Amino acid sequence: MARAIDFPPPFRPGDYVAEPTDAPDARIEVGVLVVGAGPAGLACAIRFGQLLEEHPEVAERLGDVPLAVLDKGKQPGSHLLSGVIVNPRSLRTLLGDKVRVEDLPGYGPVRKESVYLLTKRRALRIPTPPPMRNHGNVISSLSQLGRWLAGQAEEGGAMLLPETAARSLLVTDGRVVGVRTGDKGLGPDGARRPNFEPGSDIVAAVTVLAEGTQGHLTGVALDHFGLRPAVPQVFELGVKEVWRVARPLDRVIHTMGWPLRPWARYREFGGSFVYPMGDDMVSIGMVVGLDYRDAELSVHDVLQELKTHPLVRSILEGGERLEWGAKTIPSGGFRSLPARLHAPGLVLCGDGAGMVNVPTLKGVHYAIESGRLAAEAAFASVANGADLGAYDEAVRSSFIWRDLHEVRDMRQAFEHGFFLGGALASVMTVTKGKVSLGRARREPDDAQPVLRTDRASRYPEPDGVLTFDKLSSVFASGNRSRDDQPNHICLERRVAPDVARMWVQLCPAQVYAVGPEAGDGLVEVLLSPSNCVQCGAISAKGGRLTPPEGGSGPEYTLT
Amino acid sequence: MSAVVFLEHDGGELHKAPLGVLARAADLFGSADAVVVGSQATALAAEAGRFGAAVVHVADDPALDPALPAPRVDVLETVVRQGGYDTVLFSNSVLAADVAAGLAARLEAGLNWDLVDLEQRDGELVGKRPALGDSVLVDVGWRGTPRLALFRPGSFDAVETGGVAEVRPVAAALAPHSTRAILVDHRHQPDEGPKLEDAEVIVSGGMGLGAPEHFALAEELASVLGGVVGATRAAVYAGWYPASAQIGQTGKTVSPRLYVALGISGAVQHKVGMQGSKAVVAVNKDPNAPIFEFSDLAVVGDVHVIVPRLVELLRARKGS
Amino acid sequence: MKIAVCVKHVPDSRVRIDAGSKRLDRSGAGELNKFDTNAVEEALRVKERLGEGDVVVVSMGPEGAADTVRAALALGADRGVLVSDPGAIGSDLLATSRVLAKVLEREQPDLILFGQQASDGAGAVLWAAVAERLGVPSVSQATELVVEGGRARVTRQTERGDDVVEAPLPLAVAVSDAINDPRYASLKGVMAAKRKPLETLSLADLGVDAAQAGEAGSKTVVLGIAPPPARSGARRVEEGDAAQAIVDFLAERQLV
Repeated sequence: MARAIDFPPPFRPGDYVAEPTDAPDARIEVGVLVVGAGPAGLACAIRFGQLLEEHPEVAERLGDVPLAVLDKGKQPGSHLLSGVIVNPRSLRTLLGDKVRVEDLPGYGPVRKESVYLLTKRRALRIPTPPPMRNHGNVISSLSQLGRWLAGQAEEGGAMLLPETAARSLLVTDGRVVGVRTGDKGLGPDGARRPNFEPGSDIVAAVTVLAEGTQGHLTGVALDHFGLRPAVPQVFELGVKEVWRVARPLDRVIHTMGWPLRPWARYREFGGSFVYPMGDDMVSIGMVVGLDYRDAELSVHDVLQELKTHPLVRSILEGGERLEWGAKTIPSGGFRSLPARLHAPGLVLCGDGAGMVNVPTLKGVHYAIESGRLAAEAAFASVANGADLGAYDEAVRSSFIWRDLHEVRDMRQAFEHGFFLGGALASVMTVTKGKVSLGRARREPDDAQPVLRTDRASRYPEPDGVLTFDKLSSVFASGNRSRDDQPNHICLERRVAPDVARMWVQLCPAQVYAVGPEAGDGLVEVLLSPSNCVQCGAISAKGGRLTPPEGGSGPEYTLT
Repeated sequence: MSAVVFLEHDGGELHKAPLGVLARAADLFGSADAVVVGSQATALAAEAGRFGAAVVHVADDPALDPALPAPRVDVLETVVRQGGYDTVLFSNSVLAADVAAGLAARLEAGLNWDLVDLEQRDGELVGKRPALGDSVLVDVGWRGTPRLALFRPGSFDAVETGGVAEVRPVAAALAPHSTRAILVDHRHQPDEGPKLEDAEVIVSGGMGLGAPEHFALAEELASVLGGVVGATRAAVYAGWYPASAQIGQTGKTVSPRLYVALGISGAVQHKVGMQGSKAVVAVNKDPNAPIFEFSDLAVVGDVHVIVPRLVELLRARKGS
Repeated sequence: MKIAVCVKHVPDSRVRIDAGSKRLDRSGAGELNKFDTNAVEEALRVKERLGEGDVVVVSMGPEGAADTVRAALALGADRGVLVSDPGAIGSDLLATSRVLAKVLEREQPDLILFGQQASDGAGAVLWAAVAERLGVPSVSQATELVVEGGRARVTRQTERGDDVVEAPLPLAVAVSDAINDPRYASLKGVMAAKRKPLETLSLADLGVDAAQAGEAGSKTVVLGIAPPPARSGARRVEEGDAAQAIVDFLAERQLV
């Protein structure tokens, strides 16, 4: 059977590592450079601003721009997407007495929750598994939270630079000295258009990579500095929609079971969530592990299928879809964390480093805490020349490490099947992780053999009211990327037909199409790169996503 | 209500679109007058009368021939004040838009533009204008008089009533700043034809054409209809047609009188670029193509068979 | 040489109409009107060609419009003036042109540039009203602009071909989107923009009475919103002579 891993993308990490090339006076100098205006990057910026306020003498030494945050999206929040239910502890630590958690953008604490096991027509309520209990947690929109945190970061003195892609890592004598930003104004063949604007070298004493899932430079750094974990990272793909609803939803809902097939042949692990956002909106999403096998599995279409279930349909009936989006989640947990979280001049934070607790579906609070700790290590480095290894130590002594260690084998439990897995998961939680399944063989997602079934025949025909096709969903993500720019997806273009078909179904944004036969039983893969919402799924299943021109991609506001 | 319509002319003929506005005004108000500016104004007054104008104010002066807006603002101000008109109507054109806005500021009068219709409701005048990419229709009104309205060209059809108009010469004093801009040259349209955004007829092709050479079908049909060729994003991506022809969310937005979609499925990204078209004819093999949901004539069939025959029929019609 | 560019902060592409106020829901993120980027670009080019000049960006909008003015500063403009006042909300063409004219009277620019329309459907005629109030000539649809010795030579596109118009400064020019390919803001430009002067004025600062702006100062009103009439009786042709059916349809609609 064909496997995506047999058709690797022509990606060379070395292409994205370079010395600075701009003339010294043309380079942009900042004190600390943060890549990614997500919760990790913004927490870093906020904490750093706090430290500078306490130590103005250090601020002075850092020049005009003590800290800059780059983001490849149109504005902070444009590329942020998550469920999301946030554990507020990290926000409290970060913001201290300045802001009450109640005043943060959000939709209130979780009051009621239910977990259902779905069959095609029924919903069986099951007791909430301990890892999934959300008492004390807050429902939020990550995009809105990001926008708010960005405002806080700017008030604290950070310079935010959206619409800016970080293309290459600048390394001199084995030390990261900054990043080079992407060019703008290139044509599809790479030729310069009349308004071509070259990227810039941004140099900094410390570079903080907070790029989120499948972070481009994070991947480059893991390879360049030999930091990849022994157990390869694996991913889930989440596709979500935000709806205006006719009746308030009074509880947080999680579902398992239908329409997914978790048994060994198909390996469809995951489930869905439906969260109230105030009285008049809900957030609904389907999350599936990318180690599935059926080429015909399309997470977007499984979400559409889910909406036809009586339980879900009744929630959405009379409502209107407002927004759609997709994003991957690193789910390898503790065993897939990088060997080290730092390198000379560099630290790694948040989802980019894989800090996600899959059983509890939480990662935002780890991102924020890691960003906060990164700020402290960066500050110590610029103020006193302290080693960035202190960041590693700080993270290893924090609740991030403790939590991830406790649930380190949770995902593997489910590889033994759903029901046995559920039982094992409960045992692990109750014993706080002391029961371990030992070192598991873990293959990367693209090593799974591809099979084909008639799965696609069960996807609902989009009706434009309850269910939607991919193209209109891409529209609903706010994506209006410039069409005539270079293709940013690194991919082998002549592949086995099953692999091509798998990519077509995999991508929630309909980027891929199967082209003509290409000899040797292979087919050509065609791309529409401007559809891409940069979810990162392709990177898990045989391709490699790099950032397109800054400002491209989705413009999320409610996700 | 008493209305006057700003007419435009070229090469000895009045433009049809403002005559359409004249017809609508005459219908709505019972009677409507017109203004014609330039050295052929008196000669054209008769034509204006034949198309429904009761009174035609003519500013017959070669100095007013250059198609510059400012002197026309002066003329219209004089006509409105002397004639006591409470409503002034325009059909949108590069010139008319400038004149209407300048006049609005001169008279401190409300101007609603991009209108597609006008009606009277409870003694008030109500205009209808599309908004948000033509996805909604907004009812707009005026406070006080005069009321200025600028319509999308082609909103109404001209009606030949065979009437005879009373001709009244206008002598308008020109404001000091009205003559500062001078026309020093005019170059007629090079053979490129109208821009996609201004075209009255557009024939667009999509991937359903099957191969790049089949865009010739679109070109032939466009030629016989006097239109311009457009393309979907997918077709442009595939290299089948230049990016300058791309219509859609990340391409151009068009609102022609006629939009013919050949082999186009109708994804929303395309729809938002052409949903303001007055009439949409779509030809597609797939009976479930989304484009049929926003077409006036949905033709399920093979473009390679239908279009050549259509071109034949249209040529025969023209010939006869 | 002072060049003023009038720009508009427009809601992003997925804007909705607020059911209560019947106005565009501008509470979401906004951006610099795409067509105004051509005007800013042309202003910068005129300055670069002359080797001197001061480019000031003028806008009227909500507080968030400051970001839009900064975006124009990031492209290379020198100064920004934003009129932001709750009393200006709901201004129509008359009220908007009145306020902008007041700002421009204050600035006394030699050249005033506009984009050709606004992507939120609310523009396309502003310059002529502003120019009339200032008593200066205006030229629209410019595809080429040459400024020399106190005069401007404008090539403009009309339905009948290209006109070449000359006028002394001060002059208002609305540029077509065909006039240039706007530049991207460089990172240095974005960073420098944060420190360029941006003046925020209230209506009172301008000497504009509350009755002259906003809804009170407007002479047009929005009465209501409706979905457009569904394309009436979309006709379907599945058999028979499709080509003939098309010809008949076109004839019916007077399209041939």
